[in-house]
Amino acid sequence: MWEYTEKTKDHFLNPRNVGEIKDPDGIGEVGSLACGDALKLTFKLDENRSRIADAKFQTFGCASAIASSSALTEMLKGITLEEAEKITNEDIADYLGGLPKEKMHCSVMGRDALEKAITYYRGESEKKIEGEIVCECFGVTDLEIKRAVTENGLKTVEEVTDYVKAGGGCGKCHENIQAIIDQQIGGIQILPRMKKKELTNIQKIKLIEETLTREIQPALAKDGGDIELIDVDGDKVTVKLRGTCATCSKSQITLKNYVETKLRELVSDSLEVQEVN
Amino acid sequence: MAVIYADNNATTKIAPSVLDEMMPYLTEYYGNPSSMHTFGGQVGKKILEARTRIASLLNATPEEILFTSCGTESDSTAIRAAIMSNPSKKHIVTTRVEHPAVKNLCEKLAKEGFRITYVPVDQNGALDLDFLYQNLTEDTAIVSIMWANNETGVIFPVEEIASVVKDKGIAFHTDAVQAVGKIPIDLKKTGIDMLSLSGHKLHAPKGIGALYIRKGTKFSPFLIGGHQEKGRRGGTENVASIIGLGAAAKLSQELMEKENTDVKKLRDTLEKGLLAKIEHSFVNGATEKRLPNTTSIAFEYVEGEAILLMLDEFGICASSGSACTSGSLEPSHVLRAMGVPFTAAHGTIRFSLSTYNTMDEINLIIEKLPNIIRTLRNMSPFWKGNQ
Repeated sequence: MWEYTEKTKDHFLNPRNVGEIKDPDGIGEVGSLACGDALKLTFKLDENRSRIADAKFQTFGCASAIASSSALTEMLKGITLEEAEKITNEDIADYLGGLPKEKMHCSVMGRDALEKAITYYRGESEKKIEGEIVCECFGVTDLEIKRAVTENGLKTVEEVTDYVKAGGGCGKCHENIQAIIDQQIGGIQILPRMKKKELTNIQKIKLIEETLTREIQPALAKDGGDIELIDVDGDKVTVKLRGTCATCSKSQITLKNYVETKLRELVSDSLEVQEVN
Repeated sequence: MAVIYADNNATTKIAPSVLDEMMPYLTEYYGNPSSMHTFGGQVGKKILEARTRIASLLNATPEEILFTSCGTESDSTAIRAAIMSNPSKKHIVTTRVEHPAVKNLCEKLAKEGFRITYVPVDQNGALDLDFLYQNLTEDTAIVSIMWANNETGVIFPVEEIASVVKDKGIAFHTDAVQAVGKIPIDLKKTGIDMLSLSGHKLHAPKGIGALYIRKGTKFSPFLIGGHQEKGRRGGTENVASIIGLGAAAKLSQELMEKENTDVKKLRDTLEKGLLAKIEHSFVNGATEKRLPNTTSIAFEYVEGEAILLMLDEFGICASSGSACTSGSLEPSHVLRAMGVPFTAAHGTIRFSLSTYNTMDEINLIIEKLPNIIRTLRNMSPFWKGNQ
C-alpha cells in the first residue's frame, strides 16, 4: 500500500473543485485512458482579468492523481497568471505534504495541464510535440525528460520513470534515457559504439586479456568465481574456470552465454570460447 | 471498523484450528526433528503426519511431498531441478499469464541462454493448446503451466496437457498455488511431475510451501545443506508452519465441497449484483472453468487504485489489475495477454473469497461499490459521453 499523507487522502476522498467551468478562460487537457491517468483543467479569471477566480478539474486516475488535481485547483484560486506560471510539480507535491516517489508523475501531470491551460488563454497555438519521442510506450520526448531531469535533479532512469513515466513500459528506451541523464548531469556526450576494428593477433590477445580482467573477472567474482586465459589460437579462446565457477553445474552456461557473448561484443564477433580439459 | 476480507488469492486468514495445532510446536515442543532423542523425535512424527495430510489432499504419497518456504521457492526448485537434470536441453515452455514466481524466473533464464516459449491465451484467458503442443521439441527441458490463474481464476487443463507432455518424455510442472484447496486434485490420475503449493493461500501461515515431486522424477536440490527432506532441501524444518500446513490441508479437504457450493454462491451473487448495478462493467476471462472463489471485474472509465482506496474506507479489501497499485506503469500482464483493453484493465478489481465470507458482507460490497464507481466516473473527463 502506498504511503499517502493525510492531506493526500483528504484531497482524494473529498476532492475540491470537481467539474468543468462553463466558458472557461483556460482549458488544459493531458493524459489518456490508455496511459492510466488524464486530467482536464479549466479556469476562469476575475472581472479585472488579473487573478484566477475559479478553477475546476476532471481526473481519471489513481488517488494521487485525483489529489494532485484537487490540490492544484486550490492553489490556483486567487493568484495571478504570472504566479500560476511559476507553479512547479514539486509545489503541487509539497502542497500535499509530499507524494510517494513512484507517484511524482501525478504532480507533473498537474503542472502540464496548467501550462496548457495558460497557453490556451493566451491564444498561443498549442505547442506541437517538441523534440523527439524517446519513450514510445508513453510518448515522452527528450525535451520532457531533460526538463524533468534538470528541474528535479533526477539521477537514475527509475527516477525519470517516476516523474514522467518514460521507461515504464517495455524498457527499450532505458539506455537512451540514461544517455540524456548523463548529458544533463555532466555534459558528457555519449558516442555511438565504435565499430570493431580489424585486429592483429597481438592486439586481439591483448584485448581479450583486458576484457577478461576488466569486464568478466569482476562479474564472476561476485559469485565467488574466477577465470584464467590459457590460450588463443585463431578465433579459439581457451580458458579455465576457477573458484565456484569450476564446480558450478551452470559453468557451461556461464562460459557460452556470458564469457563468449562478452568477448564477441567487445573483441571480435567470430570468437569461440572453450574450457580447458 | 470491521474488515471485509475479499482478497483471499493474495493471502488468507490462518484458520483457528490450524493455529491451535501449531502452538505447542512454537512453545513446548521445540525439539529438532533430526535429533536422536525422543524430545526431537516426537516432532519428526508430527511432520510425517503433516506430509501425509498434504499427500492425502493431492492423492499422492507422503514421500512425494517436499516442504519449502513458499510457492516461489517451490516453483524455482522445480524449474531449476528440471534444467539441472537435463543439462543438454535449453528450452522451456510456459504461458504468458504465469505468476511472477515463474515469469520472472523464465525471464532470468532467458538471459542465461535458455529459449523460452510463452504460450498465449485468448480473450477468455484460455490457453492456445495447439501452439503449446507444436512448440514441444526434443530440446524442451520442462513445461511449466499454472493450474489456475491468480488474477482471473481461469483454470487451465493441466491434466490433459501433462499427459501430452509426458508422452514426449518432457518434465511437467504446475504452479497450483491458487488451485490447491479450492478445487479437487488427484495426482495419481495425471502425468504431472511436479506441483507447487503455498500454505498461506489455504489458511496456513505465510512462509511455508510444498513441492510435490512424482516418484521417479529426476531431481536436483535447490537448497544444499543437511540431510533434511531426504537431502532434497537442506535447512532445519519450519516445524510449526509445516504442522500448520498439514492441518490446513486436512481442513481444506473437509471444506472442499463448501468452497465449491457456498463460496461459489457468494462469488456468483457478488458478480451478478455488481454487473447488474454498474453499467459498463464486465467479467475478465471465462466464467465456466474458473476457481469458485474468484471474480475479476473490469469497470470502464475508472482507475483501480482509486476504487480500492475508496473500498478501503468501508473496510473492504480487494485487489486490482491496475498499474498504479503495483508501482509499475502498465496494467497487469495477465489482462494484457488476454487482450483486455488498457481502458478496462486499469479499472479491474479482483474479489477473491473464502469460507469465512458471509452473504451480509457480499451484500455490503454490492451496496457500496456502485456509489464509488459513480463518484469516480463523475470525476472522470471521459465519462460524460458514455452515460
